[in-house]
This record gives sequence, C-alpha cells and structure tokens, in this order.
Amino acid sequence: MENDLNLKATELRLGLPGSDEPERQMTPRPNKRTLSDIVSEGSRSTTEEDHQDTAPPAKVQIVGWPPVRSYRKNCLQGKKDEVEGGTGMYVKVSVDGAPYLRKIDLKVYRSYPQLLLALENMFKLTIGAYSEREGYNGSDYAPTYEDRDGDWMLVGDVPWEMFISSCKRLRIMKGSEARGLGCI
Amino acid sequence: MQKKTAYSFPDEILEHVFSFIQSGKDRNAASVVCKSWYEIERWCRRKIFVGNCYAVSPTMVIRRFPDIRSIELKGKPHFADFNLVPDGWGGYVLPWISEMAGAYPWLEEIRLKRMVVTDESLELVAKSFTNLQVLVLFSCEGFSTDGLAAIAASCKNLTELDLRDSEVDDLSGHWLNHFPDTYTSLVSLNISCLGSDDVSFSALERLVGRCPNLRRLLLNREVPLDKIANLLSRAPQLIEFGTGTYAAELRSDVYSNLAEAFCNCKDLKCLSGFWDAVPAYLPVIYSVCSRLTSLNLSYAPIQNPDLTKLVSQCPSLQRMWVLDYIEDSGLEVLASSCKDLQELRVFPSDPFGEEPNVSLTEKGLVAVSSGCPKLHSVLYFCRQMSNEALVTIAQNCPNFTRFRLCLLDPKIADYRTLQPLDVGFGAIVEHCKDLRRLSLSGLLTDRVFEYIGMHAKKLEMLSVAFAGESDLALHHVLSGCESLRKLEIMNCPFGDKALLANAAKLETMRSLWMSSCSVSLGACKMLGQKMPRLNIEVMDEKGPPDSRAESDPVDKLYIYRSVAGPRFDMPPFVWTMDEDFASELS
Repeated sequence: MENDLNLKATELRLGLPGSDEPERQMTPRPNKRTLSDIVSEGSRSTTEEDHQDTAPPAKVQIVGWPPVRSYRKNCLQGKKDEVEGGTGMYVKVSVDGAPYLRKIDLKVYRSYPQLLLALENMFKLTIGAYSEREGYNGSDYAPTYEDRDGDWMLVGDVPWEMFISSCKRLRIMKGSEARGLGCI
Repeated sequence: MQKKTAYSFPDEILEHVFSFIQSGKDRNAASVVCKSWYEIERWCRRKIFVGNCYAVSPTMVIRRFPDIRSIELKGKPHFADFNLVPDGWGGYVLPWISEMAGAYPWLEEIRLKRMVVTDESLELVAKSFTNLQVLVLFSCEGFSTDGLAAIAASCKNLTELDLRDSEVDDLSGHWLNHFPDTYTSLVSLNISCLGSDDVSFSALERLVGRCPNLRRLLLNREVPLDKIANLLSRAPQLIEFGTGTYAAELRSDVYSNLAEAFCNCKDLKCLSGFWDAVPAYLPVIYSVCSRLTSLNLSYAPIQNPDLTKLVSQCPSLQRMWVLDYIEDSGLEVLASSCKDLQELRVFPSDPFGEEPNVSLTEKGLVAVSSGCPKLHSVLYFCRQMSNEALVTIAQNCPNFTRFRLCLLDPKIADYRTLQPLDVGFGAIVEHCKDLRRLSLSGLLTDRVFEYIGMHAKKLEMLSVAFAGESDLALHHVLSGCESLRKLEIMNCPFGDKALLANAAKLETMRSLWMSSCSVSLGACKMLGQKMPRLNIEVMDEKGPPDSRAESDPVDKLYIYRSVAGPRFDMPPFVWTMDEDFASELS
C-alpha cells in the first residue's frame, strides 16, 4: 500500500497545467473495480437499492418534530461542520444482511488495520487480511467503499491518505460476493 | 391584623407551626383556612414559585408577600424548546427584578426558566441583592458574559451559579476574573452552555482552587481534556462533575494523570459532559463507575462495544442519559446491571436521518422496564413501537410518573400489526396510576384520548402531536383529566367545540398551547369575551387576525389563566382576545 505508482505525473486532468486540484480523472485508475465486478452475477443484496447515485428527495422537516432541542442537534455535528462523504470525515457504513446503517468518523483512524479492527468490533464480524493480489479472499466479509467518482473500490486498494480523502461511504459485503476480484 | 378570638393560637405559635410547612401547595392551602391564617402565612412566606410569569404581576406578589427570600419564575411555554415560539414573544424578567429590587433587598435565591434575561437585569440583580446566594438561569437567553461579570464582581455570598442550557452571547470577556480573590464560597457552578472564549481557564483554575466547598462543577465543551486532571486535583471533594470535550490524542501521561485525578475524587457520584468522546479515554473513569448514581452520556458519540462496557461497570446508576448508540443490546446490559435505575433518557443520534443508523427499537425499553423495578421516569426516542411492547412495559412498570415516547416518524403505526398505538398508550395510563407526565406519538385515534380521560387522573402535563381525529379527543382529555395543569398540542385536528364546551376547565389549568390545529378566530374571540380570567393569545406571523375570516383557523394559540389581566409587552405578532379586542382594531 505504501508504494505508490507515480500516477500523478502521467494522468490526464481537466485543470490548467500547474494547478494542483484533484480533478475528475479521465482514465480509470488501475486498481478500480466496478460494482459489477464486485457483486457476483445474479445476487443483489437488499442494500443495493439504497446506494443509487440519485439521492431520494429530501423529506420536508416539520418544525418542532422530533422534539429535540437545538443545542442537542448541534452538538452531534462536532465543532466543525459534519461533512457527508467528500472530504471523508463521517461516512455511512452498511453491512450486507444488517437492516441498519452506522456512521463512523474516518478521522479517528490512522491506518487500515485500525479501521478494519474498528469495523470488526462494531459489527461483530471478521474481515481478515488484505492482499493486493487477492483482495480479501478467504474472509467472511470484504469491506468496500464508494469513492468521489462514484466507483466502488476494495478497502485497501489505494494509499490510506487517498482513501481518507475520497471515501464517501463504506459497504461491507459478504466475502463470497467479493470473490473474483483481481488487479490489473 | 385580625382580632384574635379566644380560641385561636397566638400569632407567634402559628408562625412557628407554619415554618415547618415548606411546600407551596400546602402553604396555599393553609392560607385559605381563614383570614387570620392568610395574614400570618403571608408575612412568614419566604419562598414563592410562579409557574407562569404572566399569571400574576410582580406588584401583586410583593403586596401579598412582603418578605420573600427565594423566587422561582417560568416564562415561555415548553414548546419554545422546539422553536415553536418566535423570538420576541416575551418572558422578560426585568420588570420582576426592578420591582423586587426595592421590595426584597434580602433576596437570596433567584431561579428562572425560559425567560429573557438581559445584561441590564443581571446588573440590577448584582446591585440590588447583596445577599444573593443562588442564581439559576435554566434555558434562558438574552444576556452576555458582561452580565455574568457583574454578578461575579458583586455577589459575595454566591454559592450557586447555574446557567443550564442557556444561550449566552459570546463576548470575549474574562468574566471569571471578576470573582474577587477573597471570594471563596462557590458550591455549584454550571457553565456547560458557554461557547468558546467565554472562559478564562487560568481564572477558572484559581477559582476552583480557592473554593473548598465546591461540590458541583460542570464545564463547557471548550475546556480541553488535558486540563481536567489539574482541575480535579484542586477539587477532589466534587460530587458532580461535567467534563469539557472528551477527545484528544492518546498520550500516556495525560491518560495516567486523568486516571489518578478521577481516582482521588472519592465523593464523585455524577458525571456528564463527554462531548466528542473517544473510547481511548473512557477507562480513566472506571475507578469512579461503581459509585456513580448519575451518568449523562447524551453528548458522547461513543458506540458499542465501548458504550455498553462502560455502562456495565455502573451498578449504582439511578439516572442514565444516553444516545441511541446504546442500542437494544446495551439497554439489555443496563437492565441486568443497574437495578437501582430510576430515570432513563435515550436521545436520537440522527434525528433527521431517514434510515435507522442504530439498532435501537422497542425491545431496549421493554428490557429496561423488565429489569429495573424502580424505573419511573422515561424519555425514549426510537423509530418503531408496538402495542404489545407498550402493554408489557406498562405491566412491568406500574410506578411510572413520567413517560415520554417519541417516535421519529410522528404518525407511525404499530410496526407489527399496523394498528394505531391507542391500546398501548391506553395500557400505560391504565396501569400507571401515578403518572404525572405523558408525551404521546405514533399513529393515534380518538380512542387513546378516551383511555386517557378515563384513567389518567393524576396526569398533570400532556404533550400531543399529530394525533386524534376529532374534537372528541380533546373533549375526553379536558373533561376527564382532573389534575391536568399543562396541555400542549401541535398538528392535531382539534377545533372549537371541545374548547368552548370545556372553557371553565381552562381556568383550573396553568396553560394550554395549540399550534397548527383547527381552532377558529371566532372561537378565540368568544373565549376571550366569556372568560375574563383567561388570557387568550393568538400568535400569527402572517398578519393581524382580523384581516381574516372568523372561521379561519389560527396558527398558534396560547391560553393561560391570569389574575394580572392581559400583558402589555406583546410583540406585533401576538394578539390578546379580550372584550376590547374588537374595538381596539377598528
């Protein structure tokens, strides 16, 4: 994970020469796996529908309901504003087969092992070891994530810093469904 | 003074007897026995509670009770907590302070709730009441740290300063520095609501260090975790402590200092704060856990298993406030570990989220009701409920005094049968004969109100939202609930009939709030004319009510009994319906 291929020098970008802004990439990164690669044919879990690209229309909030005082609403957002995905702070975590979502703050973790351990503890499952060649083959569960481009990646495919800045949400899939992933 | 008869005790004896009667209710009862008792009682009353600051005027209070030392005042209606009362509505304390300044120079205690308190009011308090010992500003607003500086500088006998849940203007003043070096009498300090820059930390440390009687200290979020150990070591006698932010990078020196500091607080029984808490620092409080009777984790984003592990170490808990991160599994552990639990509040971590983010359901509450025989007060936010669960809870806990259930989707049905939750809440009121406070939610028909009217004879406060089908529901409550004092209703299809038919009932209550219901302007006017001892206040931000038809529903309605007549400090969007209303506008 540490050894980055220096893709930055060769990638195509929309920005002006010399600008550093991470732009939407024109060429797919070598490690990218599409969602259809990850999900084996014929099986669609119940959480699939929740992860559409188009968000459902926001529910109109009723004034006064639920009866939560404003300082309570504010305190949970932390001293900085809570950011949904994008810069990779609070992200939703879904687990195949579980009827609810959790949220975690990626900022709390410093490395993949820490994050995976936390996920294992949180959901009482085993994720096992990552290998660049085989992904999480052999594990009960495989953690995947959606990045800013909307692509589904295996957690561990990119350097940690890149992961933190691009992860929008996490999905922990059953290992059997993540089989057959390969890198280029 | 009345002429004494041969059969009465001398005044001094009666006064002495009355001094043993502390409760306001009992004193009120004694005062109506006869005129001489009224006279004696009013001269020796020292403590007064005014549940609605507009129900009586300061002049009237002072005239009747010439020597008060302790006053408690409440201002805005409860639904102001949820942004239903627009700014500027009222609840100003200044008129009270102004009049009491002259009449009660020996005033010792001021407790205010949901009132607007200005710096001017606080400066007047500081100047007028040199003997002030207790100042509690609960959910108040309108003042800044300048006002607090005035209090700190002048109130040499202050023992308690509690700003619980208030909104304080963030001026960069070091108001704590205004406590003189000679000031050492602080016993209780709650500054948990203050924003950044409000607290000079070194001044706080010095203050804590020189007040040996300090027993209660609730810090604000801005106090960093690595400062806590020092503070605690200066006040090991604390009984109640609220941390500031409970997150920091894990450092072994900070960790061990904290653990040692907590360990040395042998009297510590109540903990709160824990903003932004990270699991790494939780074990530092383990040495205190077995003694804890009250734990407030409702600002802590800790999740299971850390959260449940913490809870399982606190077998003496009587009061637990927590976020729904505790989940059903954590509540089951609570139920088996905390047999002394009396009060449980579970708050939503994601109140506006559309999908559940935690596994907290009715099962958690059922578990606690089953495992904790002393449980009597509940506030529970969750996303699903069943009649069966409510019936079980009611049967498990016939001693409930307060039961507030808040389903995040306000009209959700029993998730198992898709029926309304009438039967479930009916069981609550039927089994819990001492129930004083109830909040309903979920899909509810007129039926539940029939049960409430029939059974809830001790009910004093009822909160209703999105419930009922017709006026019959409101009629059941107004005609059946004998002890009802406060009724607050939002978004229910209740109109004129029940209100007009039960007008007399309203004089026996403190207040009625109805918003987004179907009460017509005409009915409000009629009530205003028929009932001179009620203030009928119509609130409408869209314009004066007379610009609309009599049959149009009013937006917000607040009715309260008063001997002071209509108030004069109303903002432009509030109108009082009284006999003069019609003529005033022409």
